[in-house]
Amino acid sequence: MNLVVSNVSLTLVTGLVLVAVFISYREKLGLNKDIIIGVIRTVIQLTVVGYLLKYVFKINNWVVTLLMILIIIINAADNARKRGPGIENAFFISFIAILTSTVVVVGTLIATGSLKMIPAQIIPFSGMVASNTMVAIGLCYRNLNASFRDQRQQVIEKLALGAEIKLASRSIVAESVRAGMSPTIDSAKTVGLVSLPGMMSGLIIAGVDPVKAIKYQIMVMFMLLATTAIGSVIACYLAYRKFYNSKMQLK
Amino acid sequence: MAVIEFKQVSYQVGDKKILNQLDLEVADNDYLTIVGLSGGGKSTILTLMAQMISATSGEIDFQGQNVMELDPVKYRREVSYCVQRPALFGETVEDNLKFPAEVRGVEYNRDRALELMARVQLPASMMDQKVIEVSGGERQRIALLRNLMYLPKVLLLDEITTGLDAENKAIVWNLIRAVHQEEQIAIVSVTHDQQEIENAEKVIAVVDGRISR
Repeated sequence: MNLVVSNVSLTLVTGLVLVAVFISYREKLGLNKDIIIGVIRTVIQLTVVGYLLKYVFKINNWVVTLLMILIIIINAADNARKRGPGIENAFFISFIAILTSTVVVVGTLIATGSLKMIPAQIIPFSGMVASNTMVAIGLCYRNLNASFRDQRQQVIEKLALGAEIKLASRSIVAESVRAGMSPTIDSAKTVGLVSLPGMMSGLIIAGVDPVKAIKYQIMVMFMLLATTAIGSVIACYLAYRKFYNSKMQLK
Repeated sequence: MAVIEFKQVSYQVGDKKILNQLDLEVADNDYLTIVGLSGGGKSTILTLMAQMISATSGEIDFQGQNVMELDPVKYRREVSYCVQRPALFGETVEDNLKFPAEVRGVEYNRDRALELMARVQLPASMMDQKVIEVSGGERQRIALLRNLMYLPKVLLLDEITTGLDAENKAIVWNLIRAVHQEEQIAIVSVTHDQQEIENAEKVIAVVDGRISR
């Protein structure tokens, strides 16, 4: 490992925060408070997580590892819920979607031998899967809310012609799944050309041969495609029903 | 016999009473025209009949059975609702005429669609036309045909000729009168159209959520 950030360097880099604060002050953005809170939270959260991960990796106990993953998924589900105001049971739906995509994707990586059954590999990958599913689900919710509002009339007409709610919502659901998946598909198309993704950059900075680093990144991209697909489909199919009442009327 | 019966039906949103203990009967072969000022509750009667909303209190019966106990999907295939200024679905005109078959999970009857198109003076060539290219009058006619691909027992029409020119209105009304007479379909039509009101068989006026006698 040839990468160490000393405490002195880190303190000096704090100067970068002042740049953000200065801009906010000069441009009267009113973001100073948010920046300071953000900085403090970053330091505290990451420090806690750093020590926590060190401990979890050291004791290498599967119960603790699963608990850690569960906490990650719960947090991700709670965050996704906030993107779907008005959608009943959004937390539960998000939880099911994120849990399923994490189990399927990380399970596949373990089964294929791409990941080892050790906390140091499973936890970071579960985190990546959960956070990407969270973002995808958030986009799905936003699209569902917008489409059920904008296409209300069309949905009513379909119901009026005797359509089941599934058929009446089909185009909206498809559009929303697409909305959840498209950022990942776009990034799969431009990866390496526009940005060097975090995973790969991290490995390269840590001294890994770039040719080896890309293998990991390819795996990550495939993983994220599956992740967002699974998460978006589950979330959309569970959530669209919430736009109707038991008499199959739009709420 | 009453096909649809409202018994003391009220509907309110928040504190606002839109319909107030309304009694109403639509008989088997009725052609009922509902008139009244905007905001008086006319369209609410239709959306209740279509079960797009449920009554706050009172009971709505369909052929003697409380609609709350019926499967809404099956019910809506019998009591078909055509909205004001409808939107078309899918890409082409034909997608719209296929939709009722899709809803029922049966094979699409293209001959029936062509026959109906001819009755409202739409050429067969229009089947493949993109929905965004059709005019307002054509859109209204196509939307109405969706309701008639499979004949309902009751047809609910919400100001469907609003904004149409005289020629388009005549085409639409000719078809509606024909299905009413030939197929014995009950019609409930909400309208502001003076000519339609003058020609109506049976008119009721709704004022402030009540039927004014």
